[in-house]
Amino acid sequence: MDFLRFLFGRRQASASIAKERLQLVLAHERAGRDAPDFLPALQRDLLAVIGKYVEIREDLVRVTIGRQNGASVLEINVEFDGSAKPIERPQRRAVPRPKPATRRPQADANSA
Amino acid sequence: MAHVIVVTSGKGGVGKTTTSAAVAAGLAMKGKKTVVIDFDVGLRNLDLVMGCERRVVFDFINVINGDANLNQALIRDKRLDQLYVFPTSQTRDKDALKRNGVEKVLDELKQSFDYIVCDSPAGIEHGALTALYFADSAIVVTNPEVSSVRDSDRIIGILAAKSRRAERGEAPVNVHLLLTRYSAERVAKGEMLTVEDVQEILSIPLLGIIPESESVLRASNTGTPVIFDDQSPAGRAYSDAVARFLGETREMRFVKPERRSLFRTLFGRA
Ligand SMILES: Nc1ncnc2c1ncn2[C@@H]1O[C@H](COP(=O)(O)OP(=O)(O)O)[C@@H](O)[C@H]1O
Ligand SMILES: [Mg+2]
Repeated sequence: MDFLRFLFGRRQASASIAKERLQLVLAHERAGRDAPDFLPALQRDLLAVIGKYVEIREDLVRVTIGRQNGASVLEINVEFDGSAKPIERPQRRAVPRPKPATRRPQADANSA
Repeated sequence: MAHVIVVTSGKGGVGKTTTSAAVAAGLAMKGKKTVVIDFDVGLRNLDLVMGCERRVVFDFINVINGDANLNQALIRDKRLDQLYVFPTSQTRDKDALKRNGVEKVLDELKQSFDYIVCDSPAGIEHGALTALYFADSAIVVTNPEVSSVRDSDRIIGILAAKSRRAERGEAPVNVHLLLTRYSAERVAKGEMLTVEDVQEILSIPLLGIIPESESVLRASNTGTPVIFDDQSPAGRAYSDAVARFLGETREMRFVKPERRSLFRTLFGRA
């Protein structure tokens, strides 16, 4: 049986699917669980900086802190539409272009 | 100084009570004076697995409430004189385990025992939190299966954040992974997470691998902790785990499918 399945192509072993799914969901859950409270502020600042170069949506920047082999890992995930064009910026502009309100970094720095 | 071990998992039915009974008996076999406490209020089962259900007179809640003293409630094991069982009550009052009441009882037990093994209920509610709060070490019982691994991860997080050691900023609870109901055959077929998979995901040190084994049901049928069955793979795996817990080095067994002789296949016991 196993031999035949081997010859004629077999389904991906379900254990490896289990592992992948677990790794994904746990990375997410751990991040929510022991997220230090500066994460939202860091996320806002990153949005502001990255937003200067490419158009991004707020919900597509994810900042998480997870554990890997005992060490903490800060993971920054930025997704953007492949077609998103870099924002044209005149060179050496002194004053930064105003950004949409939702992306503006807030002044409160109390959360560090 | 007595050492408090919690046997915990988050998920139910993974083998906490089986493990508590085996580990407590194993420690007693090694000459350690050990008491195993049932924290699963309302669903008393440890007494059955330990085979002392007909000797229960007073329980944990009676002692917490001051209705009985420890000597009246502790049941001395008939097989090992270093081993005691502390049964829980069948009350449905889930909040009967008051934290300071539990603390007082544990402090009293610490005067005369080397090891206090706490059999946690499932879940992450009051009972499970109380069972792990006072722990020095934790045995996180996990099955190679997605929901069990996820729940173990959750419990590991809680141990790191909500135990007394965490709250006091002391050295963290010493956390161990015990992978149970492991089937090397299914792992070999790619149907079950491997021990390496689970270890990689949870990243805590491995105390042992307990194979899925018919002997566990046989043991609970007769009220004999499976560690007494030194012919069974599960019993031997628990002995190894206890030895490792006490600092001995033992090679991991039962990781690879066993080659069974024809004789054993025909006449042997699992
Ligand atoms: N290694 C094992 N092999 C086979 N069956 C097992 C094994 N460990 C536990 N079991 C069975 O699984 C069930 C749940 O075990 P139990 O120890 O009561 O879990 P929990 O206390 O976590 O709810 C029981 O029927 C028990 O006999
Ligand atoms: Mg149980």
